Amino acid sequence: MANHVIAENYVDFYKEKGKHTGLGAWLLTTDHKRIGIMYLVAIVTFFLVGATLGFLMRLEMLSRGRTIMDPQTYNSLFTLHGLIMIFLFIIPGIPGVFGNFFLPIMLGAKDVAFPRLNLLSWYLYISGGLFAVVSVFLKGGPIDTGWTFYVPYSIRTGTDVSWMILAAFILGLSSIITGLNFITTIHRLRAPGMGWFKMPLFAWALYATAWIQLIATPVVGITLALVAVERLIGIGLFDPSLGGDPILYQHLFWIYAHPAVYIMILPAMGVVSEIIPTFAHRTIFGYKAIAISSLAIAFVGYFVWGHHMFSSGMSDTARWIFSLTTFLVALPSGVKVFNWVATLYKGSIELGTPLLFCMAFIFLFSIGGLTGLVLGALATDIHLTDTYFVVAHFHFVVFGGGGFIFFGALHYWFPKMFGKTYNEKVSKAALGTMVIGFMLLYFTMFILGYEGMPRRYYDYLPQFATLHIVATVGSWILVGGILVMIGNLLVALKKGKKASMNPWGGRTLEWTVPSPPPVENFEEIPVITHGPYDYEYNINGDSDKMEENYH
Amino acid sequence: MQQNNESHKPHIVGYATYIFVWLSLLALTAVTVTVAGINFGGITLLIAIVIAIVKSSLVLNIFMHIKFDDVVFKVFVGIAVLTLTAVFVFTFFDYLSR
Ligand code: HEM
Repeated sequence: MANHVIAENYVDFYKEKGKHTGLGAWLLTTDHKRIGIMYLVAIVTFFLVGATLGFLMRLEMLSRGRTIMDPQTYNSLFTLHGLIMIFLFIIPGIPGVFGNFFLPIMLGAKDVAFPRLNLLSWYLYISGGLFAVVSVFLKGGPIDTGWTFYVPYSIRTGTDVSWMILAAFILGLSSIITGLNFITTIHRLRAPGMGWFKMPLFAWALYATAWIQLIATPVVGITLALVAVERLIGIGLFDPSLGGDPILYQHLFWIYAHPAVYIMILPAMGVVSEIIPTFAHRTIFGYKAIAISSLAIAFVGYFVWGHHMFSSGMSDTARWIFSLTTFLVALPSGVKVFNWVATLYKGSIELGTPLLFCMAFIFLFSIGGLTGLVLGALATDIHLTDTYFVVAHFHFVVFGGGGFIFFGALHYWFPKMFGKTYNEKVSKAALGTMVIGFMLLYFTMFILGYEGMPRRYYDYLPQFATLHIVATVGSWILVGGILVMIGNLLVALKKGKKASMNPWGGRTLEWTVPSPPPVENFEEIPVITHGPYDYEYNINGDSDKMEENYH
Repeated sequence: MQQNNESHKPHIVGYATYIFVWLSLLALTAVTVTVAGINFGGITLLIAIVIAIVKSSLVLNIFMHIKFDDVVFKVFVGIAVLTLTAVFVFTFFDYLSR
């Protein structure tokens, strides 16, 4: 690899004096790193709003009957919570923040392929978010359809569905543009010598994700637009009273929304594939299998959407076909889990916070994935559909999977992004607290669901009381852990010690540039001569950890 | 982008072609609407889909220049079209067997 280490007295991208100063230096920037940080601020804010709504819902469920809100408020809360968490937190989360910040650096590029489009996509994200917020205060009141906008209710409800649909539409556009940008960047801007199979696995994961964003998102945009049109002029596409077909809506919605689950999880799997080799100090096991399984998941993930509709009147033939494809998509996910575990085997493992996040991920995601198979089997699904079992299952997958790794990625790349280190003792304690709270909150929901507690209900029968109390206490512990985790990082921002260039001993390109990186990342574009996780190869002897571990 | 220029064959599409394609699109839209009003039974849908395919390939090839572009872009469009087709097939597993 060419020597591309930048002199000690480099100017990091925070300090660079560009055309604009102050807030303008952020709001008018085209630097992928600044855009990444702007996503971070916005996305964490929305996450905290969403978490607060979840917390309030759990408070309502602490006792039977009315506790702190009326039923209609509960309906709005689960809808807003779902919409915020899905469209404003988990879908844009890892690609928006870490994809933007690190994809170009990991590929050895100075920026993404279309930097201005990148900024536009941030503005679209923010506008979408603002539309969603505004819709809450409009005349009809906050939307109450659930995050799925199912017809015919979404056509008839008096709440302001159309505004929220507009918000989702704009957010979709933002997601499409980001996907397009990443695909072009990966095709065009890889450093000389970086063949496809020399690309870091995070880049592979973003590539697979970007294709889903590009191909699947337009479907939901148009479908939701049709719901709005149906509300406004009643064309009778979905409304049964006008001869429409509500099941068609469900098909169209899930044709997007299931692949979207992979938009949520694939980037997280990419992050895990970066963290594990770094902390096992060992080449990843089965690089190609992991890279290709990302594409396989993205591809097979298109053909499983019907499993959300087993009990909604689809034909029997369609049911067993979708059940079969659902079982098939579990295979490539299994490949990844085995590869990660095999990478750890005989590695010299260092239990840093990011690795512990990955361990939590593998544990929680596996529970989520395996209970997905319970729901993917036709007979058991009939019993469990629309119960708390489903709520538990998807929180394990998207929160325990995607959400935990969003924060894992933040802990992994924090020193690089901000040039500061954080207190690892506190971060580990926070993670432990979060896992305990998480299990109390959501594992309990599996049992509740199995016993028949329906989802989206504001009240419950006396026999469910004990478990509901356990779940609510779990939510307190979980939220406490989250607050400590975020507080710890904020303290680190202010008071953290200066981070070195390569605090964990990573081997991918971002660890060869200073922390925080300079404006155009590299003084000289690197030439790649070896694979991304080549632990036999010493990158440039400048890292402290690496020195300790290997010399 | 330099690389792009090298692999890019120069091509010029005349205004006449654009106008012709545009008129064909309008005509095909008129056909779709007319056909929707006639009862062809089971094949109504098929006719609509075939017309839609013709229209979108016109737009893709001429307006969006795919016909004149690198193979990689054709592959990309091909992947998208295949995915869409597969999604249609899977949806019809439901509708045809209800
Ligand atoms: C502090 C963390 C969280 C808490 C306390 C929480 C709690 C809840 C509760 C109580 C419900 C409603 C259950 C029902 O009555 O049916 C719910 C629904 C939901 N949650 Fe969470 N959740 C949290 C985090 C997340 C995250 C991180 C995501 C996604 C990444 C998420 C996605 C959803 C979705 C999609 C729904 C379904 C909404 C609907 O039914 O339309 N949640 N959550």
